[in-house]
Amino acid sequence: MIFKIFKNFTIALTAILTFLSTFFILNISIAEEKQYFPIASSRVGPYSAMGTGYYGAQIDYMNYVNMNGGVNGVMLTWQECETEYNAVKTVECYQRLLEKDGQRIVVFDTLGTPGAYAVINRMAEDNVVLAQYGYGRTDGADGRVWPWVFNAASHYWSQIAVKMKFMAEQEGGIDKMKGKKIVHLHIDSAYGREPLPAMRSIAKDWGVTLVEISIPPPGLEQQSQWLQIRKEKPDWVTFWGAGSGMNSTAMTNAARVAFPRDRMMYVTFGAAEEDMYPAGDAAKGTYAVANALPGDNFPLVAAIKEQVYGSGKGNLADESRVGSVYWNRGLGAAVMWIEALKNAQEMHGKVGKAVTGAEFRDGYEALNMTEDRLNEIGIKGMVAPFSISCANHEGAGKFAVMQWNGEKFEQVTGWEAPLDPAYIRNLVEVSAAKFAKENNITPKTCP
Amino acid sequence: MKNNKIFMEYNKSDIINFLLLMLIAFVLIPVTVKSGYWYSSILIPWLCLALASIGQQIVMGYAGQLALGAAGFMAAGAFACYNLILRVPDIPFFVALVLSGLIAAAFGILFGLPSLRVRGIYLMVATLASQFFIVWMIDKFGWFKNYDSSGIITAQDIVIMGKSFTSPMEMYLVIVFVVTILTLLAVNMARGSTGRNWMAVRDMDIAAESMGISLLRTKLQAFAISAFYCGVAGALFAFTYLKSLEPVAFDIKLSFKILFMVILGGLGTINGAFIGAAFILLFPVLLNSVGNNVFHGAIDATIISSIEQVVFGVLIIVFMIYEPLGMAKLWENLKFKVKNK
Repeated sequence: MIFKIFKNFTIALTAILTFLSTFFILNISIAEEKQYFPIASSRVGPYSAMGTGYYGAQIDYMNYVNMNGGVNGVMLTWQECETEYNAVKTVECYQRLLEKDGQRIVVFDTLGTPGAYAVINRMAEDNVVLAQYGYGRTDGADGRVWPWVFNAASHYWSQIAVKMKFMAEQEGGIDKMKGKKIVHLHIDSAYGREPLPAMRSIAKDWGVTLVEISIPPPGLEQQSQWLQIRKEKPDWVTFWGAGSGMNSTAMTNAARVAFPRDRMMYVTFGAAEEDMYPAGDAAKGTYAVANALPGDNFPLVAAIKEQVYGSGKGNLADESRVGSVYWNRGLGAAVMWIEALKNAQEMHGKVGKAVTGAEFRDGYEALNMTEDRLNEIGIKGMVAPFSISCANHEGAGKFAVMQWNGEKFEQVTGWEAPLDPAYIRNLVEVSAAKFAKENNITPKTCP
Repeated sequence: MKNNKIFMEYNKSDIINFLLLMLIAFVLIPVTVKSGYWYSSILIPWLCLALASIGQQIVMGYAGQLALGAAGFMAAGAFACYNLILRVPDIPFFVALVLSGLIAAAFGILFGLPSLRVRGIYLMVATLASQFFIVWMIDKFGWFKNYDSSGIITAQDIVIMGKSFTSPMEMYLVIVFVVTILTLLAVNMARGSTGRNWMAVRDMDIAAESMGISLLRTKLQAFAISAFYCGVAGALFAFTYLKSLEPVAFDIKLSFKILFMVILGGLGTINGAFIGAAFILLFPVLLNSVGNNVFHGAIDATIISSIEQVVFGVLIIVFMIYEPLGMAKLWENLKFKVKNK
């Protein structure tokens, strides 16, 4: 009896699933110019705050563009896939999203360094741009070795250099940094280790003692690490965490060992409102840096609120998160996609038509976000003005330092570049050259 | 006992089934399936994880040793393969693959030692050491990763006899080849005296010992062979699916997944490893595609993502309630019913 029920159940289930799968495989396309974008989102699990905000903004902006006639008439379409911020799943999502209705994606955004590393070697072969918005593989900034990889706006090595510059300013100059101790407390993944090469190098030059302490993911247990920090008595802690749980736990633990919060500097993707609230008062005073500033009074943000959310098409369930750190960062990333698409259409005489990956890449590389252009788009002041070139895929390389006041982030500095950008650039080039040599890549020559 | 016959001899239908399966794997699939997605995101990871599940099946399903650390052995195999190809000039890929399996097997013996003293759930805790030690070791000593600053290294291309196997279909063929050989070996081991020794130890180790089966030998053998399978699976997983090597990819979650594949598939069956791997690996993918394609825009995407996990969890419970012996048993029942209609 039970078997019979179960058998019928299985048959019914198989039938339903087969039906549904044919449904989406045969998804018939309509003859309208469209450009297809992938949304490899991470909406569940410990990293959901980041994923919902960031990818929510990308979808909101694409909706906004579509509502205003698309990109020269080309409508944007997209498909989602859940990665759970997991490198293995990101690979599967990449493969799944790669093509839809006969159109191939032109850009991929993993919002996660581990995921970016997992797909980075497929980009050149598949003709897809890997847009790492301030995360990912740093030496991708060398466009000669990595023509398909971009890390505008601003990669982790510039970020750590800006942080160390800020520390030096607080201490009263680089010469005062000698003998100081910095703890790099990081999640034990590619993302947490990413800034280390630049950090070690600068610390050595400045005579700073660098102590590296790792936390295994998902990072909710940090007692032993904080005891170690208490023992080490560092002058500064640079924190490289992921997920609101880990990020807020660090602050409550710091409070427990009485480590001053205004001596902690959080990473871009570890410091958002969602990461600060759970820690309550313990979060007050924490420093963070941003490559896209939060705030909902930028004209574009206000316009999206009015048009997209006004008509009930907003992607976020909680509208108050529009203008938050992650949302604005996703907006910054999506603006670059669309600007690159515009460039690509114009450069290749395809205005009003869909573009290919190679054309999109050229458009992305030609991005020139001047102050005026940012003003036209309506995000002046939200991101630092920048341009991308054939050799330099990093963009501005600038960050603004913010401080959490218990309710929101207050901007402390303007857009700051590293003390010696050429020094960071040199590290990038050396690293990229090493990769090129190991993998028999001939760097392309840039005009 | 009616099913005594399944030991030691193959009947005609077994051979026909095998040939049919080979025909599908080596001819039908390569000819009909053209999309890279199906190879690189469905078939390749499925076969790799099925291989690891066979390894877990041997130690847990056949030898009855509750071990949890398959992903650790996979990491050992993957990094061994990377380093062998990197450091030994002109090493053939299959030699590197077998050697990395053997290196993993050495770890298997080492971490199988506690099984001589502790059993059951306590053994599970003891074998966790393999999971954490191997991953920690690779993380700690830069040599294993060739001192790569990011800690994620790119896997080399698979080159066999001067031809590089880089397209999804070529890699699939390499994997099918390896999986076929190792599965045949596993089936034969399970049916032969080795497997009977394992099962004797599993069902009652004191009785087995009094019949003259060496517990030490049998248990360590099971751990070694299990780790060998996991090691080869790990190397293939890294070289064909991930195309990069990172210790974090082989975390405790993967070990648990492999454990669930074996339990859901059916303990003590080889085909259960394949069925279980398919369910655990592919069902969430299917759910996610269905969720995103059918309900695209209709329901909040965050809710869809959560519902998928709920559905998957419920299905696992339903399966375990209706068929505690796993999906392989379900398959047997279905075959039996069709035959006797």
